[in-house]
Amino acid sequence: MKFIEINNCYKIYKNGQTAIADLNLEIKKGEFVFIIGATASGKSTLIKMLYREEKPTKGEVIVGGINVAKLRNSKVYKLRRRIGVVFQDFKLLPKLTVYENVAFGLESLGLKNDEIKPKVLKALEKVGLKEKFRSFPNQLSGGEQQRVCIARAIVNEPKLLICDEPTGNLDPDTSKEIMKVIDSINKDGTTVVMATHDKDIVNRMKKRVIAIENGVKINDSLKGSYKVHESH
Amino acid sequence: MKAIRILRRNISSAFKSVVRNFSLSIASIACTAITLILVALAVVLTINVNNFTKELESELTIVTYFEEGTSKEDIDATIKRIESLAGYESHEFKSKEDWKMDMQATSSELNTALSYIENPLLDSVVVKVSDVTKLSSTAKEIQKLEHVSDAKYGEGMVDQVITIFKVVQNATVVIVIALILVTAFLISNTIKLTIFSRRNEIEIMRLVGTSNTVIRLPFIFEGFILGVLGSIIPIIITVYGYILLYDHFKGYLFTNIIKLVNPANVVVVVSIVILILGSIVGMFGSYRAVRKYLKI
Repeated sequence: MKFIEINNCYKIYKNGQTAIADLNLEIKKGEFVFIIGATASGKSTLIKMLYREEKPTKGEVIVGGINVAKLRNSKVYKLRRRIGVVFQDFKLLPKLTVYENVAFGLESLGLKNDEIKPKVLKALEKVGLKEKFRSFPNQLSGGEQQRVCIARAIVNEPKLLICDEPTGNLDPDTSKEIMKVIDSINKDGTTVVMATHDKDIVNRMKKRVIAIENGVKINDSLKGSYKVHESH
Repeated sequence: MKAIRILRRNISSAFKSVVRNFSLSIASIACTAITLILVALAVVLTINVNNFTKELESELTIVTYFEEGTSKEDIDATIKRIESLAGYESHEFKSKEDWKMDMQATSSELNTALSYIENPLLDSVVVKVSDVTKLSSTAKEIQKLEHVSDAKYGEGMVDQVITIFKVVQNATVVIVIALILVTAFLISNTIKLTIFSRRNEIEIMRLVGTSNTVIRLPFIFEGFILGVLGSIIPIIITVYGYILLYDHFKGYLFTNIIKLVNPANVVVVVSIVILILGSIVGMFGSYRAVRKYLKI
């Protein structure tokens, strides 16, 4: 069952730069997909189009049945409620504790405190940080901060988890831990789309790999790796 | 219930933000207060001028004197013509005998003098106009009528007072509008800084799918709070200041002609106007900043 469908998609920025050109892609529900490519290859643009941070210039981007290209600004929140996003730079709120950081989004959605609490604790347990819920971000290591970020992304049980270089700021061992967490989230049924530079991770995980270069898809292989990409 | 929870969280976050950007909040509040004090002055002035003009209107009359020896029929015919004029409201006939009795009543000397001679006074009709601005034109038209010797009203003084009041009122309106714009701009700037200082929070809210309205609300509330806080001082100044002024001058300004409006009627109206204006300016300022700087 298709969850993401991209048809003849183009993204041309106002300065004339073509970030994505004639992209066609399908991602099934529950799949784990790596998007790889060099800096400025267009992978971040692709990721951003999935959660409607960017709008395609031409073509279709359908996520969970919603056509992102036609989605009005005032309705974008409906799409984002189904999606969790993890960033390279964490984007945690420094004055809030781990618990409050994860709960923040749910509070802004208007959930009751007694609805928020079990969800937050469940998410923190998933990423292995339940004991540190009272800590502040600056009291945590980089890997722990990223795990808080993942907990925040999954707390509302999204259908799709988008990760934009989640291990970019982390050492190899910590990266492995983070990948374990993301993999287990995927095994629970969440579709995962992850942009990365990290060859080791891609090679070890043996998941579907989509390679992008200059905005064009140059490779799409199941159980692929960086090596496959380089051989092209 | 959900809406109430969101509203409660938004209001508390708006209050926190006012405290967090304390110096800028104080600047916005002070600017709002200064503007609103001027607005209060303008409103107090307008209420009093309107009252004063109304009093003038009710008291101002054109005394039309008929030529000596004008017959009763001619007088009636002239009055008919006066009644057809545009500014006419009502009239009262006052014969030369009435004038004589009036004058005799004022002093005993006049009383004695007038009783020895033939009545030198003229028959007249006292005409009331519907609008004080039509006074001069109506008097001119009456003057032109046949059998009319003279049509008099408090010309120079009344015209001048009305002109001065109008100039003052217009100048105040211009100044107040300019100040309102400056205040809105300042509040908008304060909110802009709040938006920048909270950009991470805003981004996270956007990403978890918080609706645009919910993201924008705290900033609009913040503007509202700044506006309301800025209107408190002007309201206090108006209430105490006007009551003090009224008591000090015993209800009249400088002369017995300019009667001040009772404070009970003024302060309530002015306070409501200031409060509403303060909150509108605050919300407008923050709305401008939200539209301009808050990317949803």
